[in-house]
Amino acid sequence: MLELRDVHTYYGRIRALRGVSLEVKAGEVVALIGSNGAGKTTTLKTIVGILKPQRGEIQFEGKRIDGVATDRIVRMGIAQAPEGRRIFPRMTVLENLELGAFAREDALGVRADMERVFRLFPRVKERLHQKGGTLSGGEQQMLAIARALMARPQLLLLDEPSMGLSPILVEAIFETIRSIRSQGTTILLVEQNARMALRVANRGYVIQTGRIVLHDTADALLKSDLVRKSYLGEK
Amino acid sequence: MEWYEVLVQQTINGLTRGSVFALIAMGYTMVYGVIELINFAHGDVFMLGLFIPLTVVTLLGVSTTLVGWQILGVLLPLFLVTMLVTGAINLTIDRVAYRPLRRAPRLAPLITAIGVSFMIENLAMLWKGPAPIPFPDLFPNVDILNAWLGIDTLIYFTTKDLFVVVVTLPLMLALELFVTRTRWGKAMRATAQDRETAAAMGINVERMIMLTFFTGGALAGAAGLIQGMYYNIGQWWMGYQAGLRAFTAAVIGGIGNMPGAALGGLFIGFLSAWSDQYISARWTNALVFAILILFLVFRPQGLLGERPPDRT
Repeated sequence: MLELRDVHTYYGRIRALRGVSLEVKAGEVVALIGSNGAGKTTTLKTIVGILKPQRGEIQFEGKRIDGVATDRIVRMGIAQAPEGRRIFPRMTVLENLELGAFAREDALGVRADMERVFRLFPRVKERLHQKGGTLSGGEQQMLAIARALMARPQLLLLDEPSMGLSPILVEAIFETIRSIRSQGTTILLVEQNARMALRVANRGYVIQTGRIVLHDTADALLKSDLVRKSYLGEK
Repeated sequence: MEWYEVLVQQTINGLTRGSVFALIAMGYTMVYGVIELINFAHGDVFMLGLFIPLTVVTLLGVSTTLVGWQILGVLLPLFLVTMLVTGAINLTIDRVAYRPLRRAPRLAPLITAIGVSFMIENLAMLWKGPAPIPFPDLFPNVDILNAWLGIDTLIYFTTKDLFVVVVTLPLMLALELFVTRTRWGKAMRATAQDRETAAAMGINVERMIMLTFFTGGALAGAAGLIQGMYYNIGQWWMGYQAGLRAFTAAVIGGIGNMPGAALGGLFIGFLSAWSDQYISARWTNALVFAILILFLVFRPQGLLGERPPDRT
């Protein structure tokens, strides 16, 4: 479904990605794990066209999307819950959700998806007419995921959904990711929390200083020495 | 004239002036909200909103006051044409002058805006000459209180005053409904709040910027036409002063905030009318800009704004 081949991206003059290749197949949950500054968010920003790759190519459903404008990539079926949630602070929760569905023309489908995200996130429904900026961190994260789902994407990109949340909330967010997966949405999940990410993922990639250093099934990664030492804190 | 009659009279004057400022200020604030640019050329688009319909009515040979059905039959298309043209001009200014600088440091488009303003003003001077030019007295002027209602008073409230309010209010309401209720309006606000995330919603950000410039230019055009019909006079530099006052109005209301701009416009209108009466017209500008400075120092987020304007 999504394939990156030897992607190099610069962040200003810093070479943030030095040849990233990865693949996400339909129906999978793929985790991209790595520490701070390894290039996880840069990878996602390159996929959605916020950053343009210097070299390499990106294909989505067989079409090249590197160099395509962000809004057009989104319309092709990739939605994201970005790092830091990026909720529109002076708009209501409902308006945030409506904007998630901005590119869609099927009003009936949008309404059905609205009901669907309310079932996934009852808290979001309770806050419907509150301004986005007044929500707590956990609620904003739920809203960010809900907003991305409103696009009814074929591929959902989640950037650090656990960041800054309490363990209970992290558990709740990952529980939701499981139910989204069970409804058939393909997910590329970027996480520092390797344990949680690999528990919901089918496969995983490990990124270090802009390069993929390891990829395998999630179970195998959980058992691998590199992941256990560097990301799970085991000896 | 009794003191209270003077006060009411000046308040009426303030209302009409303020309505025009409000319309200009709303365009100022919209553009600032979306691309964080103080578009100094905005006041000059307002001036074109007087010059363009003036050319149209001159070409059509309309030079007398309209009567009966003519009022609607002439004014409605005249407003539409003016707003379409000034909207298109404002949009073109952005495409030509500001868009190539979208990623440049903020000072670059700001200086460009000042340059565009000078260009439009000088072109207007070449076009219509440096002297004040008369605008035909299109709208019938009837003293409502005395002639229609039979109230014996020195307060002069005419059909022209009423006209200004009757045109301005629906325009402001329509704009407010557009940005709060419609899909495109919401997309515009989203773009103003976070451009990158707006793009990630599938919103074509450049198209939203175009829409913003068009809408702002159309409002400034309407304001220019209203100004012409009310005062029956225009001049090439009129946009400079009106623009500065409207900018002040936008800051006082909270830059980026549309109801704030409307409120700020009315505030500046009342203030300048009262100041003309009770202090001296010569001091009005000093007073208006002193208040601007007070706001920038003590309440930079304005009356309704939620964020202070950035420096530059």
